[in-house]
Amino acid sequence: MPFIPHTENDIREMLATIGVDQIDALFDEIPSELRCGELDAIPPGMPEMEVSRLMQKRARTDGQPLCFIGAGAYDHHIPAAVWELTTRGEFYTAYTPYQAEASQGTLQLLYEYQSMMTALTGMDVSNASLYDGASALAEAVLMAVRGNRKSKSKRILMPRSLHPSYRRVVHTIVRNQQIELVEIGYDSDIGSIDRTELEHYSGEDFAALVIPQPNFFGVLEAVDELTDWAHENGMLAIAVVNPTTMAILKPAGEWGGLGADICCGEGQPLGAPVASGGPYFGFLCSTDKLVRQMPGRIIGKTVDLDGKTGYALTLQAREQHIRRSKATSNICTNQGLMVTAATIHMTLMGGEGLQRVAAVSHANTSKLTQALTSLPGVETVFKGAVFHEQVLRLPIEVTKALRALAAHNVLGGFDLSDDYPELGDAVLVCATELRNEDDIENYRGKLERVIQSQVQTPCQLKPDW
Amino acid sequence: MSNTPTDRRYAKSHEWLKDEGDGSFTVGITDHAQGLLGDLVFVELPEIGTAVEAGNDCAVVESVKAASDVYSPVTGEVIAVNEALDGAPETINEDAFGKGWMFKVKAADAGESDSLLDAAGYDALVAEEE
Amino acid sequence: MIYEHSRAGRRAMAQAPSEKVELAGIPDAMLRTSLPPLPEVSEMQAVRHFTRLSQKNFSIDTQFYPLGSCTMKYNPRACNTLASLPGMLSRHPLAPETHSQGFMACLYELQDILKTVTGMHAVSLTPAAGAQGEFAGVAMIRAYHDARGDKERSEILVPDAAHGTNPASAVMCGYKAREIPTGSDGDIDIEALKSALGPQTAGIMLTNPSTVGVFERRIKEIADLVHAAGGLLYYDGANLNAILGKVRPGDMGFDVIHMNLHKTFSTPHGGGGPGAGPVGVSKRLEPYLPIPMVDFDGNDYRWLTERDRPDSIGRLSAFAGNAGVLIRAYIYARLLGREGMHRVSEYSTLNANYLLKRLMEAGFDAAYPERRASHEFILTLKKQAKELGVNTMDFAKRLLDYGVHAPTTYFPLLVPECLLVEPTETEAKEDLDRFVEIMQTIKQEAESQPEMVKQAPHTMPVRRLDDVRAARELDLAWKPGD
Repeated sequence: MPFIPHTENDIREMLATIGVDQIDALFDEIPSELRCGELDAIPPGMPEMEVSRLMQKRARTDGQPLCFIGAGAYDHHIPAAVWELTTRGEFYTAYTPYQAEASQGTLQLLYEYQSMMTALTGMDVSNASLYDGASALAEAVLMAVRGNRKSKSKRILMPRSLHPSYRRVVHTIVRNQQIELVEIGYDSDIGSIDRTELEHYSGEDFAALVIPQPNFFGVLEAVDELTDWAHENGMLAIAVVNPTTMAILKPAGEWGGLGADICCGEGQPLGAPVASGGPYFGFLCSTDKLVRQMPGRIIGKTVDLDGKTGYALTLQAREQHIRRSKATSNICTNQGLMVTAATIHMTLMGGEGLQRVAAVSHANTSKLTQALTSLPGVETVFKGAVFHEQVLRLPIEVTKALRALAAHNVLGGFDLSDDYPELGDAVLVCATELRNEDDIENYRGKLERVIQSQVQTPCQLKPDW
Repeated sequence: MSNTPTDRRYAKSHEWLKDEGDGSFTVGITDHAQGLLGDLVFVELPEIGTAVEAGNDCAVVESVKAASDVYSPVTGEVIAVNEALDGAPETINEDAFGKGWMFKVKAADAGESDSLLDAAGYDALVAEEE
Repeated sequence: MIYEHSRAGRRAMAQAPSEKVELAGIPDAMLRTSLPPLPEVSEMQAVRHFTRLSQKNFSIDTQFYPLGSCTMKYNPRACNTLASLPGMLSRHPLAPETHSQGFMACLYELQDILKTVTGMHAVSLTPAAGAQGEFAGVAMIRAYHDARGDKERSEILVPDAAHGTNPASAVMCGYKAREIPTGSDGDIDIEALKSALGPQTAGIMLTNPSTVGVFERRIKEIADLVHAAGGLLYYDGANLNAILGKVRPGDMGFDVIHMNLHKTFSTPHGGGGPGAGPVGVSKRLEPYLPIPMVDFDGNDYRWLTERDRPDSIGRLSAFAGNAGVLIRAYIYARLLGREGMHRVSEYSTLNANYLLKRLMEAGFDAAYPERRASHEFILTLKKQAKELGVNTMDFAKRLLDYGVHAPTTYFPLLVPECLLVEPTETEAKEDLDRFVEIMQTIKQEAESQPEMVKQAPHTMPVRRLDDVRAARELDLAWKPGD
């Protein structure tokens, strides 16, 4: 019996102690008419070697194409030590640190994580993480509605230059609480928030303005002006940042005169593999003033009976297990294991290492842009400065072009035609520090041939080179 | 012996209400209530000017393991809050009936407090709960 | 603290790109002016520091961990190894379906396995945790009522013994949570339920076996009552481990459920996450399931999105939820197979009932002595607290000294001085026997030297911590200069 240690003798003795004849008698309180039969639709169990063969095959099926997609998940180098340490059984198979004395490893690590996230973002405090970047933004929105005492409205300004999935997730999570999400367009020339449209809302009552940095197009927003504008209009400023960029860009806590009030985002670039979208982790930082509005776990430093330093869950009265229906959120867990990886990742990279990763990613994206726009008809869509993503317009139908590239094992970027049809045949490309010059040349060469073949025979794919 | 002050009235939800004689009432939680909660770590007070209704929650007291709403025993408007509690929530543990007062309400109907318990009634309630 | 090893200019050289390139094209005003104050340490210093930290943790791999309602069973190593194959880790979430068939096949089959084992009509895997599953479930209940124009329903009923997430999730979906009392036998107070039901009832959230560790025997009657009032039934899958292959939520009459894969399907708890909280529904709720889901046309797997499911409650995370957790659960399910599912409930229930019986023989009081334990049970140490002044928390802390993680304490709230004990099916008889011996020893210690027990633990890296100070004098991050 896989994973069950009982011998025949154990079972006999245990049943005798309980005073029943057979295991099935232990289910005697379940009404017999509800009992289910065999689960025939589930395949029989397999030994590890067979499951291993199956999974190897499944993994091979998907291949390992050369990937230039970013759009919220970024393929960075992860130091070997990160997951070697993270999958140590003492981290991997522990649970929520409810018994603080027997969980100082996890608790201290989370305190160190909080310290590093505040160092990176320039914010006062950090929680111990949420599910992912998108749901973290939803929690940030709820937090802003609770925390902005000047605002009587439950309205939030959300730019269209924010990740479309993030906008959808926020909508899903906050819609039943009568929170209204008001969209602001982007400047079609620069690719950042349309300031003229924003001005229309000047003087109106909103709880917060969401400011992505960089935005979904890779373009850098004028965060200082936007933060000041939000504050002048009685709104909180919610920063949604890529944590890698915080190593080189002005941290959210220093935006404008007062800094952002809340800073959240996707923690994946800090040590989590892209791995089909999860598990990742969402980070959430804020000013001291808003700490009691924070959802999720928070670790505090304290002392034990002997005065020795120790770490404990704190501010628990905000949370569902105490506050029940009045909790700041229904969230119970954090993404502990991913945060363990992130903490070790940030430690090994250090500030200097993260800066190098950010700078090389930025430079590689410039090289990629140059290489691809050297092809006739390929052009950048926006003029704004970017971090490590760029929107390009193709001279051929984007969906077909990406399909043809994929057939030759190049994932050429994220197709924007569904979410932003007004951009035409636009693709969002990304090159991290892992995409070297050979990779870029590989992409350029294949795109060149795809364009040639499509221009010559526009209705037919000819992937025969 | 009970040390429940007799100069004020009590709600079943463990708030005390003291008539200041000028149409305003001071509100706090009882010594019994602070004992149940344990060491307080945070107090959330209403904002001055807030309209409160008798029986509705308008403040929160938090200990490490519990959080409890504080209900206004009378209807009216909040005219003062005890800002000294900010950063010193333990004041309620130390002196619930005195320095640990929470807020003052200008009552819409001063007679409303008559339906609350007196000190003896409150002591009986506590005895019953135990 | 890792920062104590930090020295300016030190770093793990091999980890970052070797070249230092200039930033071109970004306006100076947008740049950071100083190095972010992250630790500056060598690789070995980091490895040593985090290895030492790990050694300060209790974990399933190192200790018996009978934490009630958390199902701390063994996490098979194969699940991690195979979910970490290079092809699995490098797949971008937005890779086209042509390059995702292997991954999607796993998800599709997992959807099917979960449907079968719960008796539900359809499953979406996307919720990232139990709480997100609950949110999705209640949001679907709301979407169902709204679509019928039935907009007056404003309340979700929850038993007073319920996990705090239930009422919190109801409120996040814009409902009021109304509590229903539990009877003295551990079952729901049916008369109280009847009087609470009405045209305002949107639904009820139940755990079965319940949070007090017993099977809700009148579940069919409860389902009929709630349905007759126009409400829907939500199943909190926290205790699914107890009934796997024995009775299915779908057959009990539930309309919507969430499962905790980190409990029942043995994915790691990871120090508090990530989990996964797939949801299953009856036919009438299928249109509202959260997206994305995986569909199969006999040849190819494809994503179901907004286009296929216009009435969906929507997306809950940027991509498809905690994919790596789902893959681990899938591998676990394939290792166990159909016959292994039955064994999970059988041996977890055997272990719980055996342990309960032995503890009762040793003089401990069960909260519900007349009832059959499910996969967990509640002890109440009321007597010890009253007679010896040694309470449940003291017992819990002393257990740590004996190398056992404490059971869940003070939950559910309605049982005074309670310990919720869940041994799981992967513990051997001799480990259960040892737990009984330790509990007896602590009881004797509580009688002979209560002060020693009240001061426990004595052998952990720290003694009891000052929680009040942690909350009053908030220190949530190391700052340069500390």
